[in-house]
Amino acid sequence: MRHFLSLILLCTCAMGNTSPRAATAGFSDLDRVMGLLAMRQHGRVEFIEQHFLAVLKRPIESSGELRYDAPDRLEKRTLKPHAETLVLTGGVLTVERAHSRREMDLHAYPQVLPFVESIRATLAGDRGALERVFRLEFSGSVSRWTLTLVPLETKIKQSVSQVRIDGAGDQLLKVEIRQPDGDRSLMTLRPSTLP
Amino acid sequence: MNVRRARVLVVWLGCVAFAAVVVARAHYITDLSGFLPAHPTPTQQLLVDQLRDGPASRLILIAIEQGDAASRARVSIGLTERLRKDPAFAGVNNGEAVAGQSDREFLFQHRYLLSEAVDAQRFTTAGLSAAIKEAIDNLASPAGLLFKSLLPRDPTGELLNIIDQLARSPTPQSRDGVWVSSDGNRALAVAQTAANGSDSDAQSRAIDAIRAAFAAAAAELPQGTANKPLLRLSGPGVFAVAARAKIERAAVRLSIASSILVVTLLLVVYRSLSALGLGLLPVATGALIGVAAVALGFGAVHGITLGFGITLIGESVDYSIYFFIQSRQARADGAGGSWQQRWWPTIRLGMLTSVCGFASLLPSGFPGLKQLGLYSISGLIAAAFVTRFVLPALLPPNLTVRDVTPLGRRVAGLLQAVQRFGRGAIFWSGAVLVLLALTVLYYDRETLWNRELSALSPISTGEQVYDAKLRADLGAADVRDLVIVSGPDLESVLRNAERAAGALEALVEEKVIGGFESPANYLPSMAAQERRRSSLPGAAELRANLKQAIEGLPLRADSLQPFLEDVEATRHAALVTPRDLTGTSLSSGFDALILHQKDQWNALLPLRSAAAGGEIDLRKVVAALKASQVEDARALDLKQESDALYGSYLAEAIHFSLAGFLALTVLLLIALRSPLRVARVLAPLVLAVVTVAAGLAIAGVQLSILHLVGMLLIVAVGSNYALFFDRQANADEGGNQALTLASLAIANASTVIGFGLLSFSQVPVLVALGTTVAPGTFLALLFAAIGFRAAESAHA
Repeated sequence: MRHFLSLILLCTCAMGNTSPRAATAGFSDLDRVMGLLAMRQHGRVEFIEQHFLAVLKRPIESSGELRYDAPDRLEKRTLKPHAETLVLTGGVLTVERAHSRREMDLHAYPQVLPFVESIRATLAGDRGALERVFRLEFSGSVSRWTLTLVPLETKIKQSVSQVRIDGAGDQLLKVEIRQPDGDRSLMTLRPSTLP
Repeated sequence: MNVRRARVLVVWLGCVAFAAVVVARAHYITDLSGFLPAHPTPTQQLLVDQLRDGPASRLILIAIEQGDAASRARVSIGLTERLRKDPAFAGVNNGEAVAGQSDREFLFQHRYLLSEAVDAQRFTTAGLSAAIKEAIDNLASPAGLLFKSLLPRDPTGELLNIIDQLARSPTPQSRDGVWVSSDGNRALAVAQTAANGSDSDAQSRAIDAIRAAFAAAAAELPQGTANKPLLRLSGPGVFAVAARAKIERAAVRLSIASSILVVTLLLVVYRSLSALGLGLLPVATGALIGVAAVALGFGAVHGITLGFGITLIGESVDYSIYFFIQSRQARADGAGGSWQQRWWPTIRLGMLTSVCGFASLLPSGFPGLKQLGLYSISGLIAAAFVTRFVLPALLPPNLTVRDVTPLGRRVAGLLQAVQRFGRGAIFWSGAVLVLLALTVLYYDRETLWNRELSALSPISTGEQVYDAKLRADLGAADVRDLVIVSGPDLESVLRNAERAAGALEALVEEKVIGGFESPANYLPSMAAQERRRSSLPGAAELRANLKQAIEGLPLRADSLQPFLEDVEATRHAALVTPRDLTGTSLSSGFDALILHQKDQWNALLPLRSAAAGGEIDLRKVVAALKASQVEDARALDLKQESDALYGSYLAEAIHFSLAGFLALTVLLLIALRSPLRVARVLAPLVLAVVTVAAGLAIAGVQLSILHLVGMLLIVAVGSNYALFFDRQANADEGGNQALTLASLAIANASTVIGFGLLSFSQVPVLVALGTTVAPGTFLALLFAAIGFRAAESAHA
């Protein structure tokens, strides 16, 4: 894994060197970030997620690991407080817990779509996939950027009002998901130290 | 004489008119029930009802193939949307969330009565605390977030519990919002017709409606969609309609083809249109009287009986062939008396032996075979009587048919060639042939008979395999093993099903079975619901328990007010009845597992094997049910059960056929008064039957009940040939041998044409009959001719 990370760093450096030329060719910073992200075939980070819900007096916290495999597999393994594995492949989300396993076709549950697709499509550097679901707003620079995603469809807007992703180069640092009722979740990411 | 003639014609016309009225008013059925037992045991009855009218019989499996996944999904949605508006369908499901909406509302409303988790413990402080903790944990997951808005009303997560409860029944995979096959190459949907599966007309209309809806949905695809999706249907109703069309098509086409061929043959032989017209009278009268007799005897005529009707042409056309050719000879001879005196007794005896053969079908347990027996007997008698009494009365004095003596001489010449081998050689080759045939039959004895009911199915193996594939994908696996619990009313059956579920759950743990379904999963018994309702605490108690339970939990007490209200409402609400299921997709799931017969209710609990394609040890299931004292429960292997049923009918038919053969022997002994003559008459028939059976065995064909009927027909038709030879060998006047040979050759040609055509049909039962009778009657004639010639030459 360490080997892998250094490879990514190497790539980042290489891309950094070529960036001025890319800019002159008319590429925006968003395209460049997407290009960086698209080059990664695998990724593995730890996350801590806090949910701020109106119905609860204090936020609930969960933590675990995110894994990504190009082109479209995202795995979210929650270890605390309860083990749960979410796997997103194609349009299907599989939820596995100690005693149950459930498959959800995201077309049937569009409310769930923005929670997972925002992260997966960003990790894949797939601007097209993001733009199918969200309106994109990019600010900052390649080295420190913020991507704000606003759902296009009203159906999806009912569950998510916006997703804000902070990143540096090809690393995602924070994912904040806001819901129209004021509830929100904040996921903080850092390189994995898990075995 | 003229008065007598007039009387004969009046009687005949009267009979024909009466039969015509009966035939016109008769009720015709076209499903396959003719091959289901007439007097079933209760278990068999269940099986038959299930096949004919059960909810499973109303399922039409819809597959959308070709094209790309997105257009398949669009067509699936368009198709389903249209069918949902059609009252011909009780339900249509393609996995769309639309259907889920009303389901979720129903489940949510009744969650405290339906959830298995609800008991006296659930709403104590400890129970509430554990349940609410879990529900809060769920909120951290996107899937749990779906239930976030429900938390104030459902903090114990009962809706999720019920959904998990129902998820025990396998559901198909979903892509692009609709059900798809496991390889994703097909979009799938299930339609349940409002009409019974046995109502082929309604099924046919439903199929047309699906096709029309598909065409309309496919037309909505964007222009230029290169690879358009295709529709494919399967299921019992689809099969029944296809089988009916196939049988009807085969019956019509084959009747026309064989009529043309036989008429051409007769024209060539007679060279007289009036002889041809007269010659068809016995056949036509026989068929009419046969159908009328079946209508009167059974109340309804089975379509397949009509299909077999052509087979009668075989024997009854022979009668008029004998009549024309022989009465020409009688007139030519001048001496030796009329046709009635010289040949009628032989034909009569031939007819009686045939009747003996067909009578063995009458006691059969299959209504289809019974009908065929009655049809053949009454048809043959009528045809024989028309030949004996009506044809002479109608025969114009100057009518002459062509002299076929030259043909007879040519046939005789061919036989002469055989005779040169000498009597001994012929006898020994006959013996060797029998020995060879018997050796083949003995060698194949284990696999000779096909003991599976599917042997009669007009559905091709390819179609059956496709159906099985769709069912596996839909999770509607073709039920093979199931537990049936019975009772006098729905409530007792549901209670029994719940008790059985307890025993079966233990078996799932032990991996004896992989899982099971139960109607009680959809609708618990009143008793279970009442138990849950009475376990709900009163408002004050619940409020106090809740207050304690959420201490330390990050939940605001005031936010749970809706929960308190809902529980209180449920305490005063009515229990859920089957009527409440209407309009939800749960209703079809529930209906499919409940069978109501006259005074008995049955709940079906289909079992899944632990490993894919594995066998279930039903003895363990029975033992477990017994141990937990489930009343009126049976474990059934449906395939084994239906095959055993068919096997018993096959064995029965074999026994009756042997009895028929015995009766025929006795009849011949009485008529011919000589065991040697009887043996000579029967030998070629037996030889023909065993040769054909061995030939089929060598060709790899497994014999079914219809092959047995075919063998009866070989004996019935062949006995006429043998009796003519016998008459010739034993009568004082030899008559014109060449003419007799010619009439037999022509009669046999017409039979071989009629049955030979059946072999080209698409319906397995007709093919079985054709491939047995066509070669069999030819061999019977050949063996009889050679045998009697050889015997005669020995005399000379």
